[in-house]
Amino acid sequence: MATVVQAIRLALHVGETRLGVTDVFGQDVGPPLGGVFTQTQGLRTAWNTPLDERGIVGMAIGLALAGQRPVAEIQFCDYAFNVIDLMKLAGGMCWSSAGDYNCPLVLMTPVGAGIRGSIYHSHSFDAQATRLAGWKVVMPSNPLDAYGLMLSAIVDPNPVMVLPPKALMRTKAGPGERIPGEPDDDRALSRMIDAPIGDRAKWAPNWPDVADVFVPIGQARVAREGRDVTVVTYGRMVVLALQASTELAKDGIEVEVIDLRTLAPYDWPAVERSVKKTHRLVCANEDTSITNFGEHIVRRAVEELFYELHAPPRLLAGAHLPGIGLADALERATIPQVDAIAQTLRTVARHEP
Amino acid sequence: MDGIELEPQRLLRLYDVMLRARCLDERMIRLHKQGLGAVWIGGPGEEALGASLGLLVYKGQGPSYDYLHLHYRSGATLLAMGADPTDTLRQMMSVATDPYSRGRNLCHHYTVRRWNVVPVSSVIEVQFSMAPGTALANKRAGGGGITIVQGGDAGTAEGDFATCMIWCSRPGNELPCLMIVANNGWGISTPFAEQHGETHTADRAAAFGIESAVIDGYDVEVVYRELEKAMDYVRAKRRPYVLEARVSRLYGHSSSTGGNFISGEADCLALLERKLIERGLVTLQGVEERRRRATQELLDAANVVGLEPAPEGPDAERHVYAERDGVGARGSPQRRDAPGGGGS
Repeated sequence: MATVVQAIRLALHVGETRLGVTDVFGQDVGPPLGGVFTQTQGLRTAWNTPLDERGIVGMAIGLALAGQRPVAEIQFCDYAFNVIDLMKLAGGMCWSSAGDYNCPLVLMTPVGAGIRGSIYHSHSFDAQATRLAGWKVVMPSNPLDAYGLMLSAIVDPNPVMVLPPKALMRTKAGPGERIPGEPDDDRALSRMIDAPIGDRAKWAPNWPDVADVFVPIGQARVAREGRDVTVVTYGRMVVLALQASTELAKDGIEVEVIDLRTLAPYDWPAVERSVKKTHRLVCANEDTSITNFGEHIVRRAVEELFYELHAPPRLLAGAHLPGIGLADALERATIPQVDAIAQTLRTVARHEP
Repeated sequence: MDGIELEPQRLLRLYDVMLRARCLDERMIRLHKQGLGAVWIGGPGEEALGASLGLLVYKGQGPSYDYLHLHYRSGATLLAMGADPTDTLRQMMSVATDPYSRGRNLCHHYTVRRWNVVPVSSVIEVQFSMAPGTALANKRAGGGGITIVQGGDAGTAEGDFATCMIWCSRPGNELPCLMIVANNGWGISTPFAEQHGETHTADRAAAFGIESAVIDGYDVEVVYRELEKAMDYVRAKRRPYVLEARVSRLYGHSSSTGGNFISGEADCLALLERKLIERGLVTLQGVEERRRRATQELLDAANVVGLEPAPEGPDAERHVYAERDGVGARGSPQRRDAPGGGGS
């Protein structure tokens, strides 16, 4: 079973082999490292750049305008904040030119906490990203989605941000999440596509013949069906929400977990369907709580589904603090944990009007 | 001829473009003052540079041709390339027929996919971060196409200027990119000299092994020759070049600073007119007649544009996303397969 990192690498290989990707680039993206998480090892079109995030995104925009198909990476989203205006420019390229130019680029940047990353390797980016109209924003929670969303991002004629959660990079696929064509044996896949430790000068990957499995942008996934309360979430919080749901099931509370997968344009009908079924809503994510994407979903639910709701909808998000502290206790106090998610879901599920 | 003199025909062509560009900006300033256009910003004082660039560019669509990352003082470049000045007025007056942005953007914010003119942004210097991308595509395409990126002097304080020099001079992966600094000595209302210790912006190029020149941007014959030389160098060597041209800003920064004529600055158009008269290529009466005619034509054009429909509110929702590559009705899909490695 591929990990998220391997799934991204396989998708980029398919991209450069069959979908016209011309460049995969960023800090440490090319050989010998092949990406800080190893997600770009062995790719034919991968290359290293100066340590310059503005240059990386500018290069991607220029290539896109000139008909190339770039996939750019900013090593951690924590270092993307000095590029917001270029992101705004890319997102506005089609609109401001009234459709004269489109800007087909993929920007990949790992997000979120959970790797003991301290202040500058724990940031989230979903609130920032979803404020950039004109971008599509996807956030996988498992290897198959990481693979399929990347393929869809590559062929999309718009700028697409792919935000894999840092903490899930080594997560293996679960049952039913195998990429068609990958070997059955995990170690076999590793031998084929993971670069060896040490000298890699003579190494070349042996790519498995994986199928094109596109996960459509804008389509949420019901990660777990339930009747009592809906949790709308994405990225790493999907994993935590599923763990919390398993806990609550022991008490007879059935949670429906909606994995949004795409934050822009997001799948409102999927949220609506679920809320009309459970009548209770919790939104969970790791970003800071003020002006938060989940806050938007809560607001829209209040406006459009008010009479469907049997309990006040709740937002569970990161504390509105300047950063996430390195010590475990500090990170746990800052980012929602399984117990807090379970507690919030229980409270909302049992709320009596 | 002393070697710098241009052929009379070429000089008259430059004159025609420069004159029309000047009259266009003057009409736009009037439109702003009449309340018929929201903001005016433009290029009076740098027409010699703009017109020369527009006539020298290798015009077309796709990476075999030149890419242009212009700034909002580049009206003369577009006119020289064959743009209709009425379209500039359409953008100025925010009508639905504005071909560059359908009433969305400020004046002189051009986008012409069929000529590789990428969208002009109000944000100072961002074009210098994007230019290496089109330059890499130029290099891969293998023809003579180059990327030209233009900004002002004050904008070079932004990191994007250094970004462009760094990315265009990666050893073994040098890019065919001509960086033009139109140095008018001002950053809005703050003198460049108060904020910068470097004598010439172009001196910074030396640190990256990039060839550069500082030129007089008032004399169109000097500008044309030097620009041609710089473009030939980038085209042939497939390497970057920094060209700093001293220019004027004859009506201030924009309408925000009044949009009034600033006396005491060199005027490239007046200088050219004197030359043409001296060389017997036009008469004083001829100059006056040409000015009168150009002014009248633009007044007539503005009156026509004034009758054209404004965009409708729901139009704001269009073009947020492209549905396919080359969405512009004026563009066609561009898709290339090329090797990676950040090289050619």
